[in-house]
Amino acid sequence: MSDSGQTSQAAALDTFPRLLMHHAAVRSTRPAMREKEYGIWQTYTWAEVAQNVRAIACGLAELGFKRGDRLAIIGDNRPRLYWSVAACQCLGGIPVMLYQDAVAQEMTYVLQDAEIQFAIVEDQEQVDKLLEVQSDVPFLRHVIYDDARGLRHYTQTLLMALDALQETGRSHDRNHPDFLDAEIDKGAPDDVSVMLYTSGTTGKPKGVCQTHGAFIAAATGAMQVDGLTDREDILSYLPMAWVGDHLFSFAQAMVAGFSINCPESGETVMTDLREIGPTYYFAPPRVFENLLTQVMIRMEDAGAVKRALFRYFMDVARRCGADLLDGKPVSVADRLLYRLGDLVVYGPLKNVLGMSRIRVAYTAGAAIGPDLFRFYRSIGVNLKQFYGQTETCAYVCLQPDGQIKLDSVGKPAPFVEVKLADNGEILVKGPMLLKAYYKRPDATAESIDADGYFMTGDAGFFDADGHLKIIDRAKDVGRLNDGSMFAPNYIENKLKFFQHIKEAVTFGNGRDFVTAFINIDLEAVGNWAERKGMAYSGYTDLAAQPAVYELIRDCVEKVNADLAADPKMSGSQIRRFLILHKELDADDGELTRTRKVRRNFIAERYDALIDALFSDRTSQHIETVVKYEDGREGRVSADLRIEDAKTFAPQAAKRAA
Amino acid sequence: MTFFFEVLIGGLLSGVLYALVALGFVLIYKASGVFNFAQGAMVFFAALTFVGFREVLPGWTGLEADGNTVFWLAFVLALASMIMLGILTEKIVLRPLVNQPPITLFMATIGLTFLVEGIAQAIWGANVRGLSLGIADEPVEWIMESADILVSKFDLFAAALAGALVASLALLFQYTKVGRALRAVADDHQAALSIGIPLQHIWAIVWAVAGFVALVAGLIWGARSGVQFALTFTALKALPVLILGGFTSVPGAIVGGLIIGASEKLAEVYVGPFVGGGIEGWFPYVLALGFLLIRPEGLFGERHIDRV
Amino acid sequence: MMMNDLAPGAQLQQAPTATERRVGEVILDLQNISLSFGGVKALTNISFDIREHEIRSIIGPNGAGKSSMLNVINGVYHPQEGRILFRGEPRQKMEPHVAAAQGIARTFQNIALFKGMTVIDNIMTGRNLKMKCGLFAHALFWGRAQKEEIEHRRKVEEVIDFLEIQSIRKTPVGRLPYGLQKRVELGRALAAEPSLLLLDEPMAGMNVEEKQDMCRFILDVNDQFGTTIVLIEHDMGVVMDISDRVVVLDYGKKIGDGAPDEVKNNPEVIAAYLGTSH
Repeated sequence: MSDSGQTSQAAALDTFPRLLMHHAAVRSTRPAMREKEYGIWQTYTWAEVAQNVRAIACGLAELGFKRGDRLAIIGDNRPRLYWSVAACQCLGGIPVMLYQDAVAQEMTYVLQDAEIQFAIVEDQEQVDKLLEVQSDVPFLRHVIYDDARGLRHYTQTLLMALDALQETGRSHDRNHPDFLDAEIDKGAPDDVSVMLYTSGTTGKPKGVCQTHGAFIAAATGAMQVDGLTDREDILSYLPMAWVGDHLFSFAQAMVAGFSINCPESGETVMTDLREIGPTYYFAPPRVFENLLTQVMIRMEDAGAVKRALFRYFMDVARRCGADLLDGKPVSVADRLLYRLGDLVVYGPLKNVLGMSRIRVAYTAGAAIGPDLFRFYRSIGVNLKQFYGQTETCAYVCLQPDGQIKLDSVGKPAPFVEVKLADNGEILVKGPMLLKAYYKRPDATAESIDADGYFMTGDAGFFDADGHLKIIDRAKDVGRLNDGSMFAPNYIENKLKFFQHIKEAVTFGNGRDFVTAFINIDLEAVGNWAERKGMAYSGYTDLAAQPAVYELIRDCVEKVNADLAADPKMSGSQIRRFLILHKELDADDGELTRTRKVRRNFIAERYDALIDALFSDRTSQHIETVVKYEDGREGRVSADLRIEDAKTFAPQAAKRAA
Repeated sequence: MTFFFEVLIGGLLSGVLYALVALGFVLIYKASGVFNFAQGAMVFFAALTFVGFREVLPGWTGLEADGNTVFWLAFVLALASMIMLGILTEKIVLRPLVNQPPITLFMATIGLTFLVEGIAQAIWGANVRGLSLGIADEPVEWIMESADILVSKFDLFAAALAGALVASLALLFQYTKVGRALRAVADDHQAALSIGIPLQHIWAIVWAVAGFVALVAGLIWGARSGVQFALTFTALKALPVLILGGFTSVPGAIVGGLIIGASEKLAEVYVGPFVGGGIEGWFPYVLALGFLLIRPEGLFGERHIDRV
Repeated sequence: MMMNDLAPGAQLQQAPTATERRVGEVILDLQNISLSFGGVKALTNISFDIREHEIRSIIGPNGAGKSSMLNVINGVYHPQEGRILFRGEPRQKMEPHVAAAQGIARTFQNIALFKGMTVIDNIMTGRNLKMKCGLFAHALFWGRAQKEEIEHRRKVEEVIDFLEIQSIRKTPVGRLPYGLQKRVELGRALAAEPSLLLLDEPMAGMNVEEKQDMCRFILDVNDQFGTTIVLIEHDMGVVMDISDRVVVLDYGKKIGDGAPDEVKNNPEVIAAYLGTSH
């Protein structure tokens, strides 16, 4: 499986272009990428990928792309866009991926900040956005598109098809066969290999400059922990602009030489997952949650026998599944039952979920619910958590096999040092740290202390086994007027663990008690309502139904019981809550593109609702402007009911199951 | 226990015949939405035509009466007659009634029933005839020796024939251009027209296929119990079969047929003595009635869910 | 610059270049068409023509006779008076399936899909006329039939890719939301590789986003495959944005005909729309 020359060559494999050329030489016929087109999976071998990357790189060079230039890359996970990343790196350029679903104006800032002259984009949609903001980014010289559909009549001279670029690149390569290899030789591990923009929960996004060395170290460490080989298959479906995708689908694939698989479209991910059956998988908690919700909905619609079987064997799995996975002792009877369960329930279930072949699955980015986490582990999916940030190549802590805890993110990964500041803030140091924020020496200086530690901004602590536990953003942790701690994310995550709650925002810093906004999960609650025979016309109507309020109150009270059991948190139980009339939406600026709540923005936008929550009013009128995908605006207004929830005295609380 | 199995197998095999008749109903109902009450009459017509040709052919051609040539010639002629009958029915009776309410079409097929019976008897006469297919109605020896159960060779042959017919129909429906066109027509006439499927053409094909199925059913049934007017009534057993299996499902017709066949024989043998016998005639209808209450769309029928 | 690069989705038909594509000869000429249903006049003495590669819209208030007009073109209704020239030849009385064979495909105002079939099967039925293998060829030459099936499936996949409905490939159509059903119906019409595409209110009952998508698909079809499109629409705004020429009907009579801007400023049209639509 491993190639013999690897150890001797390892010293030279210190940039991504060198890694690529190495794979093209030693595993030339192994699949590097797959893409589903016209319903059929197409495979590109490492040799083919290298050829295509060469062509793009030479084509870019022909257009005048120079070392240090930034190349914007915008689109879904397409092989040709990954090639463009590699091609840019071959020339010593810096790829800058943008979130493909951002509207044009949101892109302007990054395009300006990174002074983008060259862009490779997926299709007409992205071309239109760049043309729309062209006047704000006058230095943009070339926009190269992959899919020509709809672009036939565009006459702008800065447009060019990727096919044509590759064609010029190929002839350039023929005429100057040594050019590209010389460029690759010029690269150094300390060069910036990629710029990833932080999502900007606060302030303007910052370009995080990461070197080849940083991402290669992060990828190598993860490979060591999980024993990854060149036989892994991974599904690449998360935005390329996100550090996690760059680590999993680009850096690790390049270091280990395994295959990445690009789904047909955003909506087919479930089907594609099943068809590919990845061995290595990453998904944020919400994806795991959606999958589970779908399973549960299907089970509720299934026949009685099926339901009973499912319930029985899920009990068996809960009892011993996770222990079996961790290699802990389990009674023979349970072992046999679990085998049987694997045959009739877990196996088929994993197959439906596309998880039959998974060796290692990771989740991160947000806290995962204990039930959710336990569910996947109990059916034999080796789901683990890790912790990291854009500034650390998404690589700080990993859960090693066999040492899985629900509420920790594991131990510091190889090469990484972690320590805690006095206020509980987590500080990290290692080869995976950012080189700098682009053009922001002030921000760089602010985030890295005198000893070279990066300040993560997260608050946490180590437990008795040396596992890191994260509570909240350090700056979000506040206090109620009585002095007790208020960690909003911590509470919100507990709420979101219920399948009926999609988003929650809590308020309490500098107040007498804690209150919450709730977004119901339209699919889960909609199904619940349908089974109850309740009629509703849409989100707003459903959210206002008294029965739904009852359902949510139940969740809130369970969270309160849970909080009451924790001496540190018992003061921050939720007294009053309301269900929002619309879903929080990134298009309205209420969530970031990675679906994190923008707390301050929401607090401003809905200040009338917050005032009402902290008064004794039982309802409040609200009118909101919403933005549709086409950029038009509309208004939504509603009278929201505010309801009270039961709280528990610390000593009377029982541990929630 | 052996006796039980004998009754069961006998029932299943006669169920195959019910299934065949039901299949004719399903084909036409699926493609044109017409409940063809005349399917039973078509079975009778087919059997009678075959027997009739077999009687007259030796006279016309001088061929040997019991020979293979006469058999196949009669089969081909009967088949041609059935296809003609199907196409004529479509052209003369149904086409003028296009877009009329289903009940009108249903009434038309009732009329058609009498017409077809009448024509058949006018041409070939009304007396009961025997029909031999050259397969003896005797037990298969190796089954008798190994399992001690009596299974008739003829029944096995009939079952195999019906099975082959059903399998080829299923293939036709699923995988061919005509099959796709049939399903398209069954689903939405207007849409089928817009993609260039000539409706009348498809209807003619369906009626012809239904005629063919009727001929096979008529031959087997005729060989069992003689070619006689009562065939049309026996064919009505297909009704409970359809209720059980669903009006639109080919597999439903098969499974429904087997259930009805098996249960009526078992009921006759095991329940019959307590109520004075003769259950066989009405038991299937009671079964179907009970079934209607539980699952009105049939075992395999399309369930209609109306969202409120 | 690079004239010869073809989009992956553009393989359904060799796409003509830009200069060739724009509006060509008259392919369908309707002359003095009158249609009545037992005394009730649906269409009165209507004449207009349709040129190759154009997007021709027929608009008008409810009950203006738009759908009747489409059904005349499609061969469902036979006008009592008037003449229809198709590619210069006078057209005889004909059946809809003959129109389909001549390269005229259509969609319906109230979606007429095969509800029980999957999306792929539905679009596959659109290939019906392109299939050569008949019943007996299927039985006798299984291999050839299979090869043909694979070719057709490829075309269907191209349509699926074009309309971006990969995720619902195998879903029975009856389970899809309305907007997607409309898209599948367009897909079925496209699978026939029509030269003339009749769309009967393709955007009726859609929300703003779905309408925009549908507009984009219609423009792309016209652009990539050079398909002539006759569009019936109630929504004036949409029509004016994407049409080359517009016919306006009111009470079965033609009250306007021309480029969107001319029609928009035609006082009779304004009166008809203001007078009848609330």
